[in-house]
Amino acid sequence: MLERMLEIRCFEEKIVDQYARGNVPGLAHLYIGEEAVAVGACACLKDMDLITSTHRGHGHCIAKGADMKPMMAELFGKRTGYCKGKGGSMHIASLSLGMLGAMGIVGSGGPIANGAALAAKMRKSGQVVLCFFGDGASNTGAFHESANFAALHKLPVVFICENNLYGISVCMTRHTALKNIADRAAGYNMPGVVADGMDVLAVYKTVGKAVETARNGKGPTLVECKTYRFRGHFEGDPNLGARYRKASEIEEWKARCPIKRLKEYLVEKKIVKRSEIDRLEKDARERVEDAIAYANASPFPEGKETLEDLFA
Amino acid sequence: MREITFREALNEALKQNLQRDERIFIMGEDVGCFGGIFQVTAGLMEEFGPDRVIDTPISESAIVGGGIGAALNGMRPIVELMNIDFTLVCMDQIANQAAKMRYMFGGQMNIPLVIRTPSGAGRGAAAHHSQSLHALFMHIPGLKIAAPSNPHDAKGLLNTAVLDENPVLFIEDKMLYNMKGPVPEEYYTIPFGQASVKREGRDITIVATFRMVNKALSVAQELSEKGLEIEVVDPRTLCPLDKSTILASVRKTGKLITVDEGTRCNGFGSEIAAIVAEEAIECLQAPVIRVSAPMTPVPYGPTLEKFYIPSEENIKEAVNRLMGYG
Repeated sequence: MLERMLEIRCFEEKIVDQYARGNVPGLAHLYIGEEAVAVGACACLKDMDLITSTHRGHGHCIAKGADMKPMMAELFGKRTGYCKGKGGSMHIASLSLGMLGAMGIVGSGGPIANGAALAAKMRKSGQVVLCFFGDGASNTGAFHESANFAALHKLPVVFICENNLYGISVCMTRHTALKNIADRAAGYNMPGVVADGMDVLAVYKTVGKAVETARNGKGPTLVECKTYRFRGHFEGDPNLGARYRKASEIEEWKARCPIKRLKEYLVEKKIVKRSEIDRLEKDARERVEDAIAYANASPFPEGKETLEDLFA
Repeated sequence: MREITFREALNEALKQNLQRDERIFIMGEDVGCFGGIFQVTAGLMEEFGPDRVIDTPISESAIVGGGIGAALNGMRPIVELMNIDFTLVCMDQIANQAAKMRYMFGGQMNIPLVIRTPSGAGRGAAAHHSQSLHALFMHIPGLKIAAPSNPHDAKGLLNTAVLDENPVLFIEDKMLYNMKGPVPEEYYTIPFGQASVKREGRDITIVATFRMVNKALSVAQELSEKGLEIEVVDPRTLCPLDKSTILASVRKTGKLITVDEGTRCNGFGSEIAAIVAEEAIECLQAPVIRVSAPMTPVPYGPTLEKFYIPSEENIKEAVNRLMGYG
């Protein structure tokens, strides 16, 4: 899990740099700070399981096993990207990895995750579907329709709310009347649990239980992971969101960095040596450099390829 | 050949599909116990069980999104939205997700999803249960749109829709449900993108949709007795659109009327007129006339609704105007 978290962190830190250089032509919403959620949750899955993702989806992709090379190429708008340069940062999907796609519309993944779970139930495939969404999405109608439908049909789906406290610039205290989004589960007669989203082991334990419940045919769970994005809403958000949050708040959350925390835990418990961790980090950085080289070397699609891939 | 109604033709197609392929299931509001608000799915839950004919909550986004997700994970869903007006409640799932997913993900997935939905005015159902919104969906790349005008086409096109690997919006003109016509009992398909020339003629081309095809045919029959031969072209699918049959007809007659129940601005007729203007304007001997609904919501009362829906009188007025051009 540490390796995956490091990959996500290194990948995204590199995007900050590449974005500033103008190599990423579109929007990029970074996941830095939230790595424990995607990694802890996806570590509970089997290869056949499925996920739906959001506009802030790089972490989900890597956690589900995506290769950073076609990911980076996609961000660069290259033909070798996961979506041939047609999707970009906000729309990476890999059907073969069980990554049904990152959706740019907030809240839209719930109904689709449900459908995949309904198919899993009908086909008796044993698959579980994780639906990632944010605190902002929990206020959309689509989320509530999905929660009701999933609970009603006891679908093998787990709703994972990545509560990073902000819907773009609006703080949770200003957009939701509840303290815990997990409390909404009660309204749909499903379990709702809160996990520390800065602690990958806590996420793993909580989501693991929910996945087991889902796989056993006992229906969905709403897991709220309390987390925080260290960067702004998107690259270009001035001063990491200084218009709507205090620098001291960012520093407080940074002190709880999920990667730092896991490293300290592993060293303290003598599970992994510090030198080994350093090597993992160095390897992750090298793989990201390889991804950059791959993306740079890849061709852009020709303009006329715009007309391809609409219909099967 | 035996004659059955449009509703029965659809019901038979659904039944034959459920028998044919285990991956097919039906989901929507009141489609199970109740048999569908217009009884199109009547008897199917009894025959195939509640796991294959699923009554849903009133949650249009969950219905359409559920169809998308199931299609991505190996099933072939047919979902029903009770009225086309309700597509606007779940437009995100239809237009942003179903229509775009294959493209924005670089062509790596197919979405074999059929969205059935009744359309049109004529039942005094007013502004929220009577619209004809097909032109709205023609504007969205990634959706196929079927628009049958009789029971035979309804069954064949629905069978084709279910076989398609792409999302298909299958629009049913609700005033056609009781229309009777010859329909083969066996399973058959009608290819998408092939217009049907419902009546041949040399003098005027009418391109019409849904039940407007039948109104145009009725006018053509009446005027034929007076020596005027109108050709009636039914595109049958709005996407893909069979431009060549329409253009060939206009090249023959030199005169074009479109008849469509949608509102006027940027409507179906506007698109047909634009295509003809771009590709065959040299053949036109007269202006193109669009017979359409006015730019108002659908009104309730009978006098108002009658005025709203394009009538045979409106078609005849358009014909008379064109005949002034020799």
